Amino acid sequence: MANARKIFRRGGLYGLLSVFVLFGAFPFYWMVIATFKRDHDLFSPANNPFLFNEPPTLDHLRLLLFDTHFLTYLTNTFLVGLAVVIITLAIAVPAAYSLARWARGWGETLGIGIFLTYLVPPTILFIPLSRFASALGLQESLWSLILIYPTFTIPFCTWLLMGFFKTIPRDIEEQAMIDGLSRLGAMTRVVLPLAISGILTIVVFAFTLSMHEFIYALTFISVSAKKTVSIGVPTELVRGDVFQWGPLMAGALLASIPVAVVYTFFLDRFIAGFTMGAVK
Amino acid sequence: MARIEIRDVSKLFGEVRAVEGVNLLSTEGEFLVLLGPSGCGKTTLLRMIAGIEEPTSGDIVIDGQVVTHLPPRVRNIAMVFQSYALYPHMTVYKNIAFPLRARGMGRATIKDKVEWAAGMFGIGHLLDRKPRALSGGERQRVALARAMVREPSVFLLDEPLSNLDAILRASAREELRQFQKRVAVTTVYVTHDQVEAMGLGDRIVVMSKGSIRQVGTPAEIYQWPADTFVATFVGSPPMNLMEQGDLLVGFRPETFLPAEFVEVRDGGVTYPFEVTYLEYLGAERLVYGNVGEKFQARHVVSRLPGSVDVSIEAGSTYSFAVSRRDLRYFDRASGLRTDKGLA
Repeated sequence: MANARKIFRRGGLYGLLSVFVLFGAFPFYWMVIATFKRDHDLFSPANNPFLFNEPPTLDHLRLLLFDTHFLTYLTNTFLVGLAVVIITLAIAVPAAYSLARWARGWGETLGIGIFLTYLVPPTILFIPLSRFASALGLQESLWSLILIYPTFTIPFCTWLLMGFFKTIPRDIEEQAMIDGLSRLGAMTRVVLPLAISGILTIVVFAFTLSMHEFIYALTFISVSAKKTVSIGVPTELVRGDVFQWGPLMAGALLASIPVAVVYTFFLDRFIAGFTMGAVK
Repeated sequence: MARIEIRDVSKLFGEVRAVEGVNLLSTEGEFLVLLGPSGCGKTTLLRMIAGIEEPTSGDIVIDGQVVTHLPPRVRNIAMVFQSYALYPHMTVYKNIAFPLRARGMGRATIKDKVEWAAGMFGIGHLLDRKPRALSGGERQRVALARAMVREPSVFLLDEPLSNLDAILRASAREELRQFQKRVAVTTVYVTHDQVEAMGLGDRIVVMSKGSIRQVGTPAEIYQWPADTFVATFVGSPPMNLMEQGDLLVGFRPETFLPAEFVEVRDGGVTYPFEVTYLEYLGAERLVYGNVGEKFQARHVVSRLPGSVDVSIEAGSTYSFAVSRRDLRYFDRASGLRTDKGLA
């Protein structure tokens, strides 16, 4: 009896898990199958859309890699992401640290205030910010994105990191100062190593946020060679009302694989980051 | 070894006066205990000696040097926090080596010193472990080893025994005392536990509401409390206090005994003692009750050692007495001890 119940419970668990796995994995399956399907196979309504009805092809990949600037988009995306991560770290880490440690009562309020600016949608901000970018002479430049993206990565990451810093006992830092370090030394040698999961979380977060950003990139950049993946793929592969589904899906697939790997790799820390920041 | 001098130090947190006009001078190698209820400013005072807090006014002098505005790292002090503040991401070895590495010592010197300190506290076998894999007592030893490894001139301890269980605490107290005598480093120890204070301190500094009430040896503090606060804060149960005109008369519960056990030769005072409640604690009995007549009925406690085997029951009245030399007098208005009543 007990055994049967155990099996039943296990079955329920795995059943539920399967639903989520299907839900999560299906987009990837769809991207993979569309990437390698022949156009005729893709567009023929008589075919089973979930399977290869004709032999797979590499044509779409070839078109994406050699007839578009896809590799340039990837490089641009990576460069922008890297720069945004560096700027975000350089500002959010000290900001979060000082808000969490020094600003007693109003630090919390200020932290929430900073977080609220993250909630202002880019659809409201892209027009004023585009004037800002043109005033700086940064149209058609990756620098416009590198400067604008931190406006939403820094608030969120500062707020998230504040939660992390608060979980690190003050005693440990004071102990490090008594043990012979300056405040800065105590921060870099004791506090930052203990906040490593938080810092990894904001690295991943700032990078993926800047990677999938669409509106600013679309507004500021129109030269093909300066585009990032998030605008390059949809603008160059959708011509009028013609959707080149094969290369589109291939572009989405190639761009999402590294992100999927990073998320999988850091998932535990990432989740810890979110719950920690939220619950404190 | 160093002397610590605190000159008229005050500390304000906004409007709150945490420490107010404190003066204190330690002798070299002394074990000084700051004792007081929570919120009395003792930890703030310790943190100012450490350099974690800066005084609002006044000066801290260590070994003849004014260190008031110097950061902790140049004061050559060691501190053990109540939480032990071990670095959770480092092994025991690295924890102990941390202050040495912060000073840029050579690898070989560090290794020798860490092994010496670990040996001193019997934790040589734990060097590869992380703090989370240690018991409370082991953590405390690691914290002490880390504090001692660089041979500081001042040793600061903030309730380091409060996280240990009762049995461990007693043995840790003994070890700590012996160890301090051996290394003879000037030590300031913060506690709210009077048993710890009495057992450990060469001298005790009793604090209340940010200021020092009394500084003295454990015997002085206990026998001759400077005011009613010290009289009632130190001692368990506290000193009995009764009103007599504009004075308060005080006597320790263990000096308040059945009349036949008290030498009345020097003119002891006898009271009718109406017992209301009894506690049998094995080695002693605590007798609660009221004394009337001569004074307004006041609630007092008597502490009878096992050797006083008189049968006492709640609800009855007995004749209890205090020897005159055990009576202390305090001014009713100021609470300070006075010699008036002795006349």
